[in-house]
Amino acid sequence: MTAGALLKLSPGMAQSKFPPGATETMKVLGATLREYGERSEFEKDVIRYISPNLRSRHTGANFTPLDKLDGVITPSSLHFERHHGGVPNVNPADYRLVIHGMVERPLMFTLQDLKRFPSVTRTYFIECAGNGQNGYRNPPDMTLTATRSRGLMSNSSWTGVPLSILLKEAGLKEGARWLIPEGQDAAAYTRSLPLEKALEDVLVAYAQNGEAIRPEQGYPVRLVVPGWEGSIQVKWLRRIQVTDTPVMSKDETSEYTDVMSSGKIWAFTWIMDPQSIITYPSGLQQIGRGFHEIRGLAWSGHGRIRRVDISVDGGQTWRAATLEPAPDALSAVRFKYNWVWDGRETVIMSRATDEKGHVQPTQEEFFAKWARNNRYHYNAIQAWRIGADGKVVNGDKTLAGAPSRLGAVGRGGCGGES
Amino acid sequence: MRRKWLYATFLALAIPALVLAQGRYQIGTPLSEQEVQEWNIRPSILANGVGLPPGEGTVDEGAKVYAIHCAGCHGASGEGGAFTRLVSEPFPITKDVDAVDFAIGNYWQYATTLFDYTRRAMPFTNPGILSNDEVYAVVAYMLYQNGIIDGSEPMNAQTLPKVEMPARALLELDPTTQKRFPWLKLP
Repeated sequence: MTAGALLKLSPGMAQSKFPPGATETMKVLGATLREYGERSEFEKDVIRYISPNLRSRHTGANFTPLDKLDGVITPSSLHFERHHGGVPNVNPADYRLVIHGMVERPLMFTLQDLKRFPSVTRTYFIECAGNGQNGYRNPPDMTLTATRSRGLMSNSSWTGVPLSILLKEAGLKEGARWLIPEGQDAAAYTRSLPLEKALEDVLVAYAQNGEAIRPEQGYPVRLVVPGWEGSIQVKWLRRIQVTDTPVMSKDETSEYTDVMSSGKIWAFTWIMDPQSIITYPSGLQQIGRGFHEIRGLAWSGHGRIRRVDISVDGGQTWRAATLEPAPDALSAVRFKYNWVWDGRETVIMSRATDEKGHVQPTQEEFFAKWARNNRYHYNAIQAWRIGADGKVVNGDKTLAGAPSRLGAVGRGGCGGES
Repeated sequence: MRRKWLYATFLALAIPALVLAQGRYQIGTPLSEQEVQEWNIRPSILANGVGLPPGEGTVDEGAKVYAIHCAGCHGASGEGGAFTRLVSEPFPITKDVDAVDFAIGNYWQYATTLFDYTRRAMPFTNPGILSNDEVYAVVAYMLYQNGIIDGSEPMNAQTLPKVEMPARALLELDPTTQKRFPWLKLP
């Protein structure tokens, strides 16, 4: 029997302490310089999740693989996607932004014009209002991952010109209250944005993580509206109309409105409530006994994350996690918690609290506020169950009286899964 | 020499001050109203009807437009298609209506949104091909199918904004938003 055959039969027995391949790279020259870098060929399985059930890939969403990433910056290639008419291929030479309506001077800007203005760089999360909807099932889906639970959130460094500067350049007329930004996609996507928010912190962004914004994220120019639902952060921005009234577009009336437990429909539910998700150990991962750093991400559109509490006993007791320094108040923050697993079955969970005192709800608390047929803003605590065998699965409970699924099942949209 | 240096310093300070007079950077190209209209190829229709173009369409005309351009995705009569359901009873949703059954008659709150969105983004694979008359017609047909209008008058810039949608009665402002923007009112 050859050594190779033995290796195939029982790798553990035949392997030496140090794998022979470990030093091979020291005996030959490596790859040459190259103009644009690629990640290691061994990392090719770190990809966005696209549901096999989508009826169209021109509308719908895919998910950032939160359970395979570290730190707080989402690589641009892995930022979640949500579009309403496909990704337009915009030539920057043809790019124009027009600001008109209730302004003193209607103005047109080229991309070069926008880049000449004073710039601002900030780290902000962008989260789809439908985040969370996809992972919710009652009884819980035992194949759930952190990615499918909360992967409609990505966090980037954005560079651009403050929209307030462009509006000042055009000169606002008396009575101006609203902006109607429009995208250059096939859906000519529009929303209504109150002028006050625009004057506060909205960016007309042209760079993401230091390079040009990716086409899926709005190349060459998009709005970044810190802390607010992703769907208002219009991509491929071509036009901003200044008005005294909102447009009540399709995506702020028939979609992205919320059914409440009162039976009312809430409009303009813009600010994203606090979220947190444990990314390690999380659904479909495997751990062994001993030390583990529980890791995850937390964010809130209301302000800085003040604390994240961790429970390793199914919610009976809670202790504060350590927060890595967040680059900006409306950035996601990485939390960590030192834990020694004793090998007994348990349920772990995280709960975020922001500086305004908003606390991430339990599932019961969530459904006390929002109706069972609501589609958006699901931010209940996600639990993970660690079995005695170290396998990690969805740890959510089966809830009496709660819906079996959320969202318009079978119709795509930002639920993403079906 | 010294005088030249002072002069250069004066220029370096004065030019930005001039450019930034009135707090502006003097970047960007001013457009005439005509040029703005040329760029604004799919104008927004506000909830009060501002922006609605001339033209009109009837329910019967709309049925033909619907059959050609819409039925393939939304079903022969506005339901049962692969994509979004459009037709329901003209009663607002309740907490027990499945989100997949949200449609124009039970969920859409403004009739003007129908014109804005249809002209803006439909048909999905070929947006922008419908004439204003065709958009008015298919909007009339959808409102009729949902039991909201009786079809006795065509839809146009005068009639459409007056159509009351059943689900408007359910719509209210998010209290968090109201607190932040006390002046804000829904149309």
